[in-house]
Amino acid sequence: MSGATLLKESGPKEVFCGLTSIVWLHRRMPDAFFLVVGSRTCAHLIQSAAGVMIFAEPRFGTAILEERDLAGLADAHDELNRVVKNLLARRPEIKTLFLVGSCPSEVIKIDLSRVAENLNIELKGQVTVLNYSGSGIETTFTQGEDGALKALIPLMPKSDQKKLLLVGTLANAVEDRLISIFNRLGIDNVESFPPRQSTELPSIGPETKVLLTQPYLTDTARELKNKGAEIIEAPFPLGVTGSTLWIQAAANSFGIDKSIVDSILNPLISRAKQALVPHVEKLSGKKLFLLPESQLEIPLARFLSNECGMKIVEIGTPYLNRDLMKAEIDLLPPDCRIVEGQHVEKQLDRVRDSSPDLVVCGMGLANPLEAEGISTKWSIEMVFSPIHGIDQASDLAELFSRPLLRHEILNPKTLTSN
Amino acid sequence: MELTLWTYEGPPHIGAMRIATSMKKLHYVLHAPQGDTYADLLFTMIERRGSRPPVTYTTFQARDLGGDTAELVKGHIKEAVDRFKPETLLVGESCTAELIQDQPGSLAKGMGFDIPIVSLELPAYSKKENWGGSETFYQIVRTLLKDHSNESKHTWQEEKRRPRVNLLGPTLLGFRCRDDVLEIQKLLGQYGIDVNVVAPLGASPADIMRIPNADVNVCLYPEIAESTCIWLERNLNIPFTTTVPLGVGATQDFLKELHEVLEMEIPQSVNESNNSKLTWYSNSVDSNYLTGKRVFIFGDGTHALAAARIANEELGFKVVGLGTYSREMARKVRPAAKALGLEALITNDYLEVEDAIKETSPELVLGTQMERHSAKRLGIPCAVISTPMHVQDVPARYSPQMGWEGANVIFDDWVHPLMMGLEEHLIGMFKHDFEFVDGHQSHLGHLGGKGNQNSNTEVKTKISSDSKTSNAEPIWTHEGERELSKIPFFVRGKVRRNTENYARQAGCREINEETLYDAKAHYKA
Repeated sequence: MSGATLLKESGPKEVFCGLTSIVWLHRRMPDAFFLVVGSRTCAHLIQSAAGVMIFAEPRFGTAILEERDLAGLADAHDELNRVVKNLLARRPEIKTLFLVGSCPSEVIKIDLSRVAENLNIELKGQVTVLNYSGSGIETTFTQGEDGALKALIPLMPKSDQKKLLLVGTLANAVEDRLISIFNRLGIDNVESFPPRQSTELPSIGPETKVLLTQPYLTDTARELKNKGAEIIEAPFPLGVTGSTLWIQAAANSFGIDKSIVDSILNPLISRAKQALVPHVEKLSGKKLFLLPESQLEIPLARFLSNECGMKIVEIGTPYLNRDLMKAEIDLLPPDCRIVEGQHVEKQLDRVRDSSPDLVVCGMGLANPLEAEGISTKWSIEMVFSPIHGIDQASDLAELFSRPLLRHEILNPKTLTSN
Repeated sequence: MELTLWTYEGPPHIGAMRIATSMKKLHYVLHAPQGDTYADLLFTMIERRGSRPPVTYTTFQARDLGGDTAELVKGHIKEAVDRFKPETLLVGESCTAELIQDQPGSLAKGMGFDIPIVSLELPAYSKKENWGGSETFYQIVRTLLKDHSNESKHTWQEEKRRPRVNLLGPTLLGFRCRDDVLEIQKLLGQYGIDVNVVAPLGASPADIMRIPNADVNVCLYPEIAESTCIWLERNLNIPFTTTVPLGVGATQDFLKELHEVLEMEIPQSVNESNNSKLTWYSNSVDSNYLTGKRVFIFGDGTHALAAARIANEELGFKVVGLGTYSREMARKVRPAAKALGLEALITNDYLEVEDAIKETSPELVLGTQMERHSAKRLGIPCAVISTPMHVQDVPARYSPQMGWEGANVIFDDWVHPLMMGLEEHLIGMFKHDFEFVDGHQSHLGHLGGKGNQNSNTEVKTKISSDSKTSNAEPIWTHEGERELSKIPFFVRGKVRRNTENYARQAGCREINEETLYDAKAHYKA
């Protein structure tokens, strides 16, 4: 392990809850529907986080708990049954229905797994009903995807075929690109999870080798392991180095000759490095502060310091899975400060004291920091943007160089001042 | 349990946050789990505010629930008071905290602070955002003024000074509140009336304490301020105005009402002075085309009511639908709709609103962001008149809705989505010219574009598949379809619907060229 300092902090937090992951999961699996069992707050959160009502008929909704559901006048399970049946009558194209637990449904202990079980019996396979928790008392932001994927694992068919399974939601174009690179290396059987249709789940077995594309899939990785799959240890595919090591780890695991891997990757690497040059010029020497949100903070910091020359002030992370992050932490520059958890006020004090050039943060904090003259980057953009892979390294860097460029355009330094 | 895909109002603690964030030197400790912090982005992104809301969330987690959450709450309250040094502290809870019953308000009161503490009880499972805002404002005013003595109070006449009023109700995330306040201040200044306190927007607890110095309260936003105005009238004898100055007629009525309540002579100029261009623009020949334009209105109670009056009396539109999502305002909206020969649509379900829009096939929709989306899908022009809104409804320029300038802004905002008069005349006169049929993009291309982009084959497949789903549906013949395609795209949808309605009524199974003209004659007659 490198000399990274690992600290823990507790206090008021400012992080999206796991419900928010619905915003990208519903686009990944258009035949699925995400029904939050929660309060008006949950409904308001989802529509606010989803970019304020951009969807004509969204593939997510909320069953809002009302006073009578709490008072026990109505059996919440019966009520939920009724709501689900109404929904399915209106949306017969739904193949998988996720019942998503929320803070209030967890606190009043609505047993969603039992509701799902009963509905599955009643609906006789016409729709598969699953459940997971996206509640803010249990999960942060990207952990929602971990929960949703974990819920799908028991439905995966068994297979003894040798295959590579890419796990974690990626932009379709990026995923296609990565698969085609693995094909070129000679790994032909590559599947992805979650699939693009919720009903086309990949099969799994002892010959399945899993490559995680996202760092926040703790529970999913463990469940896949329990199903006999092997998790390939690697850093995450962000930036040239991360993506190269990630691909090489898979190639090693499949016994692909190093010379073949080099001959295929080297041209991509040199092209990507070329494309990075203008961004490195902009980013090099600039101070970066990452507030906790998406779990991508550690791989991003590793890329931005090692490949773009940025100085890392602090890496905030909502929680730290040392096993999954080990390969990343090993690559970090020495004496990096990683802070797990958050006390948002104290952390913002540290942001101001260190006057960074750029802060990666959640949506609620960005404009207030901009108003203080600090450029920001939304964490949520990393989850939506195609940033994975060698070919995307310069696009990833541009996400960070653009705010700096903009800051320069709008606040030009005159020759007389320093 | 209610199934919602989209909601017009947030939970009541969002209303409380709107009050807290609108005010100064006040802090709100909200007992809430981590996910509830999303609310900050409403203010920092939709309003583009440069500072965070003055809210400390306790962000409790599942593992805290086994332990002493009350201690956690007290820790956060103490830290917030030490750090932010507010003049008044609001303490409340969100939906999840309500369930674990820590009663943070009582906890805070027992902690020995020497500042007023307002404990908020906002039932999250039965009430909504506007109610929460109204209740919070009321509780703040009541807490700060409950011991106020009114004995030494004199009228403005007795004190030989200019009359003073409070403007109550404007908040952040309200529709154009910031500009409305400036406009009304300017208007009152012209009549020699001073503004004493504006609240909650921009007010500190010390300003709230000065509320009793005014002669009258102006209730600008009944959704937020009405219950406070009623309390101030009952307990401190301050009367309030009920007319909201939205539109030319309502602004005149508002001035008359205010003068009466203040026992002031009504200047002749109130009737004569109409410093708004709306009246003349509406009378100008170019506006002839607005006559009887069918308009559908949906929004919060205040703005929907005002829109109905302006549309009907000042722009010469025909209101074909009127409704609101705020049940608290239903009592006022119902009779207004009835006066227009309509039944008010009171609903939270945006799909029901969309259906009502389809049903009435208006030429203009005045609604919220959600109606903007619905109208876009239906290819109908739309202007946003009410919350909930989008970042684009918080414009950089000065654009009030109230008073004379507000009426100007309303004229522009509502009329621009439509085709302008001369333009529409020319299109009517030259409708057979090639440029007005398929493929032509007017400035409304993006609105009416849907029909425009459909090639004939696409239209036909859609029709034949429609006819499969229902046997009773009339079928368009090739000739009928060809004649329809000659009609400018921006009215084609309406002609299609009217013709189909006519064919259904007349029992035609097929729609040909003649049916189209029959229908036209039928609807003109």
